[in-house]
Amino acid sequence: MLPIKVPPLGESIVEATVSRWLKKQGDAVAGGDTIVELETDKITVEVPAPRAGVLSSLSVAEGDVVKVDQLLAELDEAAVAAAGSSADGDSASNAAPGGTGTATPSTDAKSSPAARRVAAEAGIDVAGVKGTGRGGVVSKPDVVEHVAQAAEKPKSAEQRGSVDAAPAVESRSDVTPKPSFVNAPSSNGERETREKMTTRRKRIAENLLQSQHATAHLTTFNEIDMSAVNALREKMKERVEKEHGVKLTFMPFFVKATCMALEGFPVVNAQIDADSIIYKHYVNMGIAVASDAGLVVPNIKDAHRKGVIELSRDIGAVAKRARDGKLSMDDLTGGTFTITNGGVFGSLVSTPIINYPQVGILGLHKTQERPIAMNGQVVIRPMMYVALSYDHRIVDGQQAVLFLVRVKELLEDPATMLIS
Amino acid sequence: MADARSADVVIIGGGPGGYVAAIRAAQLGLSTVCVEMDKTLGGTCVNVGCIPSKALLTSTEHYEFARLHAAEHGVKLAGVSFDLAVMMKRKDSVVGQNTKGIEFLFKKNKIEWARGRGTLKPGNVVDVEGADGQTNSFQAKHVIIATGSIPVELPFLKFDEKRILSNIGALVVPEVPKHLIVIGGGVIGLELGSVWRRLGAKVTVVELQPTILPGNDADVIKEADKIFRKQGMEIRTGTKVTGAKQDGDRVLVDIDTDGKAETLDADYVLVSVGRKPWLTGIDATALGLELGERGEIVVDAEMRTNLPNVFAIGDAVGGKLLAHKAEEEGVVAAEVIAGHHARMDYKSMPSVVYTSPEIATVGLAEHEVKATGREYKVGKFPFSANGRARTMAQTSGFVKFIADAATDELLGCHIIGLNAADLIQEVVLAVEYRGSSEDIGITVHSHPTLSETVKEAALGVLGRSIHI
Repeated sequence: MLPIKVPPLGESIVEATVSRWLKKQGDAVAGGDTIVELETDKITVEVPAPRAGVLSSLSVAEGDVVKVDQLLAELDEAAVAAAGSSADGDSASNAAPGGTGTATPSTDAKSSPAARRVAAEAGIDVAGVKGTGRGGVVSKPDVVEHVAQAAEKPKSAEQRGSVDAAPAVESRSDVTPKPSFVNAPSSNGERETREKMTTRRKRIAENLLQSQHATAHLTTFNEIDMSAVNALREKMKERVEKEHGVKLTFMPFFVKATCMALEGFPVVNAQIDADSIIYKHYVNMGIAVASDAGLVVPNIKDAHRKGVIELSRDIGAVAKRARDGKLSMDDLTGGTFTITNGGVFGSLVSTPIINYPQVGILGLHKTQERPIAMNGQVVIRPMMYVALSYDHRIVDGQQAVLFLVRVKELLEDPATMLIS
Repeated sequence: MADARSADVVIIGGGPGGYVAAIRAAQLGLSTVCVEMDKTLGGTCVNVGCIPSKALLTSTEHYEFARLHAAEHGVKLAGVSFDLAVMMKRKDSVVGQNTKGIEFLFKKNKIEWARGRGTLKPGNVVDVEGADGQTNSFQAKHVIIATGSIPVELPFLKFDEKRILSNIGALVVPEVPKHLIVIGGGVIGLELGSVWRRLGAKVTVVELQPTILPGNDADVIKEADKIFRKQGMEIRTGTKVTGAKQDGDRVLVDIDTDGKAETLDADYVLVSVGRKPWLTGIDATALGLELGERGEIVVDAEMRTNLPNVFAIGDAVGGKLLAHKAEEEGVVAAEVIAGHHARMDYKSMPSVVYTSPEIATVGLAEHEVKATGREYKVGKFPFSANGRARTMAQTSGFVKFIADAATDELLGCHIIGLNAADLIQEVVLAVEYRGSSEDIGITVHSHPTLSETVKEAALGVLGRSIHI
């Protein structure tokens, strides 16, 4: 038996939630096949089978919270020969032979003495009974209930028996889609549904609350005339796409301008540690990305050294990894400042929450044509409200306001980015 | 608060919940501060609860043995008497060994004992005001509230700890009371009542409920009631205390049994009608800390309160007021803080009454099982049928099991008898593993031991006890 355990999940992450089993007990697997997906507060981890074999037992269920190094499943390498080519998942006829009726009581399965006695008399193997005692020990009540359930559903058991002829097909159809989070009323007519928070949601909740509690949160607003950036982007986007294969979006302009403004106001890029302030002489720019599983904030390393095109490429790549649930720990740690864009969903103005322990977050919003007064005339301009939430403990109001004004000036006249 | 020092965990309260949480947190590599305002660590349990009461229970049991039972063993003793001062001194020295022991464990694990009264401030700052008036502040990443409980007071019998006693005063009475009235026939009342009865006091237990030890299994209560009365304790159940008056060294307590009024004349009164959470230094309203109906802190299975990174354990969170419950909760809180997977499960929480004989329980009482509507079986075995118990001349009591009729799952076990507190432990382990009565019944038990009563009672569930 080869134990398959929860792999290291990265710095400071000790637990994960079992999001779904891709293989089930008795399935033949090839080395490298993903057998289970684990979800942490930050990333999704796929656990592969280390070698070919048959999954002899699964130790945890979907939704269980597991720790690093905890046993997930056991792989029977010896059974691979018996399972034959079904390990490659190509043939139904080569399935492992089914049980022959009489079972020998398993001695190495964890079970209580009375459970083994009852199982032996009932002619079943305790290894096939789900244990509910501490540490998954199979108890006598478990065996009695197992036998009672089997007696209750003789019909469905027969149906299962007939499907046994095609285990490979069955295993594929068993790969159930992720549960949908649609807010539809439940099928049994209940008006409320109680659902356990996933590990990730719990951590998101904790982090947000900690940010609210641990910092002196304050937000300052401004608005940016987007005419100049619009014009520059219109002018350049085709050429950039052709020459660099990169789609030019607005975000890299904001990242560039923010990096330059941070240079002028280093405290906005700093962090508090006990009674010290740590100034970072680099910008790892966090970009908040909405994914199916919740908000994640990967960051672009050394964004201050990168040009608009390189930023474009990096942002595109990291956003894709986030949406695909393929972010690495490196993507998620070490950010020094964050930009969040509520505008993609249509938000006109909002107050972002600081990505603690950072001290500043820039909120972008929807660009909207608005009448504004300019040189005594009412003109229509593409305007965007921007918000800077900052930790007032170390960032003074003046610095915050001037920082945001600096971002505004750089974007309203992008040429100044060349000169600065 | 410029000088607030930071710590991974600050624990408010150094009782069995708090100090165990501190040790576990330190073992897990967290910088740990434990705030305790008393002169010694250990809280109620070690200073004025479990430990000193057990010391006196043991001493007085020896005295009672010498006086009443030595002769039947052929041990002749003449002029047996006792020295209360020596008993008290021994008790204090046992307490001292325990509190010193905790101090040693703190040093060994590099836990800082912040001496003084802890106050939790918003933002998880804990101010500790020392006896010298100096205040130290700690910025805590995590706080564990372990402030414990205090005895409930009767409005007309306020504790003075001279004549009107709580558990604290009842451990330091300077003389043997002539007549001690114990109001409340629960664990504390029966234990401390037993101590003074053995030393010669007349003890009257007044209990409002129809029985002593309310809530326990009815068979156990019946047996306990019979044994305690035989020992000379007067028990008045279904009796209400309607008023009290102090007259010099006398306390006159008015009682009412089914409309029949009476006044009891005593020189000491022990009020043991329950305990309530004590949130000293925790301004729940100002902090926004969620409390339950009885003023207990509401926590989840990870011992988290509704406040971020604030945990609570022990008597302060209600439930059964037991030191070992507090300890387990402390371990869970520390492990959750360190990022481990830990959950509190009360299914296998034992409780013990250290009278003679002892009473120990795990799981549900028969009436509780009946209320769930499930089919069940009962197995019982008396100590009088156990060889070892006979050799020890301690044959009162029995072991009782309740198990599910279909699956044989252990639902409850109740032991009244010699060493019940230690005998229950194998059942606790079995319940933890969702064991059945058969598991215990088919497991070898050494002969001759008292533990055979447990095996035989388990076999009794299956209708196959050997020795009865």
